[in-house]
Amino acid sequence: MYPENFRYTKEHEWVLAEGDSATVGITDHAQEELGDIVYVDLPKVGSRVEQGKSLGSVESVKAVSDIYSPVSGEVTEVNSTLADSPEKLNEDPHGAAWLVKIRLSATGELQNLMTASDYQTYVGAEK
Amino acid sequence: MITKVRSHISPNESLLFERSSPGKMAYQLPDLDVPPVDAAEALGADNVRGEIEGFPEVSEVEAIRHFTRLSTWNYAIDYGMYPLGSCTMKYNPRINELVARTEGLAWAHPYQPEALSQGCMEVMARVEAALAEITGMDAVTLQPAAGAHGELTGILLVRALLQQRGNPRKKILIPDSAHGTNPATAAIAGYAIENIPSSETGVLDVSALERIVTGDVAALMVTNPNTLGVFEENIIHAAEILHAKGAMLYMDGANMNALVGIARPGDFGVDVMHLNLHKTFSTPHGGGGPGAGPVAVKKVLEPFLPTPRLKRSGKRWAYDYKRKHSIGRVKAFYGNFGVLVRALAYILAHGGPGLRNATVDAVLNAVYIRKQLEPYFDLPYSQPNMHEVVFSDDRQAKLGVRTGEIAKRLIDYGFHPYTVSFPLIVHGALMIEPTETEGKMELDQFIDSMISIAREVESDPQLVKNAPHGTRTSKVDEVTAARKPVLRWKG
Amino acid sequence: MLEACGVSSPEELFAHLPEAVRLKRPLDLAPGISEYEIVQYFRDRAAENANGYASLLGAGVYHHYRPVLVDTVVARGEFLTSYTPYQAEIAQGTLTTIFEFQTMICQLTGMDVANASMYDGSTAVPEAAMMAVRATGKGRVLIANSVHPEYREVLRTYAKNQGMPVEEFGYVPEAGTIDLEELDKKMDDLTAAVIVQSPNFFGIVDQVKAAAEIAHKRGALLVVIFTEAVSLGILEPPADADIVAGELQSFAISPCYGGPFAGIIATKEKFIRQMPGRLVGQTTDSRGNRAFCLTLSTREQHIRREKATSNICTNQALIALMATVFMTVYGKQGLRELAVQNLAKAHYLAGKLKPRFCGKFFNEFVVKLDGQSPDDFNRALLKKKIIGGLPLGRFYPELADSMLVCATEMSRRADLDAVAEIFARSTVEVMA
Repeated sequence: MYPENFRYTKEHEWVLAEGDSATVGITDHAQEELGDIVYVDLPKVGSRVEQGKSLGSVESVKAVSDIYSPVSGEVTEVNSTLADSPEKLNEDPHGAAWLVKIRLSATGELQNLMTASDYQTYVGAEK
Repeated sequence: MITKVRSHISPNESLLFERSSPGKMAYQLPDLDVPPVDAAEALGADNVRGEIEGFPEVSEVEAIRHFTRLSTWNYAIDYGMYPLGSCTMKYNPRINELVARTEGLAWAHPYQPEALSQGCMEVMARVEAALAEITGMDAVTLQPAAGAHGELTGILLVRALLQQRGNPRKKILIPDSAHGTNPATAAIAGYAIENIPSSETGVLDVSALERIVTGDVAALMVTNPNTLGVFEENIIHAAEILHAKGAMLYMDGANMNALVGIARPGDFGVDVMHLNLHKTFSTPHGGGGPGAGPVAVKKVLEPFLPTPRLKRSGKRWAYDYKRKHSIGRVKAFYGNFGVLVRALAYILAHGGPGLRNATVDAVLNAVYIRKQLEPYFDLPYSQPNMHEVVFSDDRQAKLGVRTGEIAKRLIDYGFHPYTVSFPLIVHGALMIEPTETEGKMELDQFIDSMISIAREVESDPQLVKNAPHGTRTSKVDEVTAARKPVLRWKG
Repeated sequence: MLEACGVSSPEELFAHLPEAVRLKRPLDLAPGISEYEIVQYFRDRAAENANGYASLLGAGVYHHYRPVLVDTVVARGEFLTSYTPYQAEIAQGTLTTIFEFQTMICQLTGMDVANASMYDGSTAVPEAAMMAVRATGKGRVLIANSVHPEYREVLRTYAKNQGMPVEEFGYVPEAGTIDLEELDKKMDDLTAAVIVQSPNFFGIVDQVKAAAEIAHKRGALLVVIFTEAVSLGILEPPADADIVAGELQSFAISPCYGGPFAGIIATKEKFIRQMPGRLVGQTTDSRGNRAFCLTLSTREQHIRREKATSNICTNQALIALMATVFMTVYGKQGLRELAVQNLAKAHYLAGKLKPRFCGKFFNEFVVKLDGQSPDDFNRALLKKKIIGGLPLGRFYPELADSMLVCATEMSRRADLDAVAEIFARSTVEVMA
């Protein structure tokens, strides 16, 4: 269920690193907890993000959740399809509904994050 | 067995714009008794608008039918109980509506000479005095337009006092059980928020408070009784802790319906508080407003109150605009005078003894509900409750049914839902406040309905999960409304 | 019931309260009185006010006729005694009228979206300013001093605590319109909003387009305020504005000594998520029927708490409903005709009093008095049971010799003639 090549945060974000570039999204667990997603608030291309700090938010009808960046760096691309179709985030949170791409400023940060099996245990325990 | 309601045909009705056609009118202006003017000449041709496209054109009978038909789609206090916690949905006396329309009051212009406004000023002075007595505070401002507005005013008063003492400080402490307006208000007032967790008995944790109150803390915002309906037994101690560190105690007065005539915030250490006239003092909710949020303070905060203030000038009332320490205005003019009139009518009608009786009845009703529903719904905190009671949906959640769904099923029984999922410290909260308005018959019908639903959760959960079934409008698609907002008619 | 509660007297219900907090005496308030006595009490208070006076007062609160249908509708218990429409299935009445209200405000102001009302016009100003700050990411606000003085005071109270610098710019002494040169000079790249009022506090139709150009050139938003809603019946709506904020008291809301009123904020589509206050949206129910509900709630305090767009929890629903019924009764033709009547009455009076400013005005204008103070002039008027205009010295020291007068469709020619006569007499006396 949770892709092996992703790393995960306690706040339910995932990151896929390829060289010095990374793709970030929220996990299936997160979208399920949120319910029907109605809006995604994402940063502009060029903004700086920091590991553990909010880079935007996800909204359902009755709740807002901050998205905490799993890594630090500069935003190089933003998934613009989510503006018109936020429901994609419920349908395919690990694939088509990625949120941002980041050029990493420090590759070492990935060590602090969870592996797929750790994350699976983590959300299993949460339930 | 649903006994309170049964099906009924209700009229459909389109929007005004869909009923309109050119030339239909519901008005007639008198003939001009002065020479007409050419708008283009008087205003400049560029400043004259074209027609107001899309604006309604209907006849008077279409207008009255339109609004009457729409009104039949609403639930209201005049229909039956609203068990909404912390909303205090008590009866809105009709005498309030009558007196608020007294011509000399309703037609008064805020800028008319003070000598010709003595009646209005006397009303305001009377309200200030009554609220000061009820709260045990020294001075009252009537300027804020609503509870949240009063909260902002109150926190700005704290800031002004602390500023004068040399340091406005940086943060406001807010319990995790607080209403959303509290942190929002603190933010607008320029303060950071620090959450203070409740103890395991649901009340303020004074040892935590002791640790957290530093020289950076401006105030603690507390609701008493808290949003669980439980009296904050350590409030005096909490006030002492705050005062020792030069911080203040703000009380959100939303739950005053449990205290009027029984206990006074000014007597248990509160420095500043707001009241919700549309809750405790019976002024109508009107579908979402207007309200009024007077703020009551201890003497030390009086100099900072919004300008102007009423003062006695010989045998008359006058306004004092020379208040150099005032935080300024929070609203134009003097306050929601029309709402103040209604609140005063309520106070006059009840009088001191009557107001106290109302509190006693309000608490009795809530405790009665608690006792009757305890066997069926999980009670997360076991302290005595006052005017409201909070259950959790734990028992029902095990069977897959949540508080929101139970609330919707309550609609099929002919009641407005209780407050769902608040306060946040209770998992799946059901927050119920009957007010003193409800007699035993209505309460018993409510209790029987809730018990019946609890049984349905066990025998036929889908029935509850898919509720409401009987309403004219079935469950509304809030997701699409948020994803693709349509906020006006376009035609 | 007491038995069910496990107590033998109601007093026991409070036994758990700490002794120290208990009030040990009755409230010091007179005992309750009867309905008749309450009516009498307020009648007596009303008698201590002005009764049966004609009035030239405007200045943000206007005397307009209230069609009888307005109170008929709001007296209905389903509207008067209902709660905020959080439970959409049983509040479609309220939700539908709010949707209609939002629509009509858009039609009037030329904006794309309007909210379900703010407390009043004065508090809508800081809300609009905070909105502009959120939308632009900038922090400074420029406001014309021809915006209602009390509205500016309210803005300052809010702005002080937001770290929002507020600077004023003035008006041109001959025309009474905003000083565009001064605005341009004070404008910079850190400004989030330029705030003007039209018709302004002096009643003058102001230079909205020109102000928009100056604001937009430097990346600021233009906020246009109105206090006299009837003016929108004839005046071109401020299409160049990014945010329109104003007061609806003119639409069948009694002056009521200053409140309760209803403010609005209307804006362009792109700023929807920055808007404060409730919004009603159209959707469908599970059977496919059109339905309405509160939406975009995640902007609001009950969800976003300290990050909310505002702390506001109310919309002035009942007051907005009065305005909605008013707009329905007058309708497309009526509102225009009403506005034109206001124009005629005020211009008739102006013909006899000589306005101080040469700018175009709607139903209010400033009169300069020669040789006597505005207070003296008003005293003479009071003898004729006419309440005079607002002496401006209290807000504008440079205009201490002037007053702001207003005439609406309710002003009777006989009263306007009486005012003119007293004015003429006083002028003659001066010249003599």
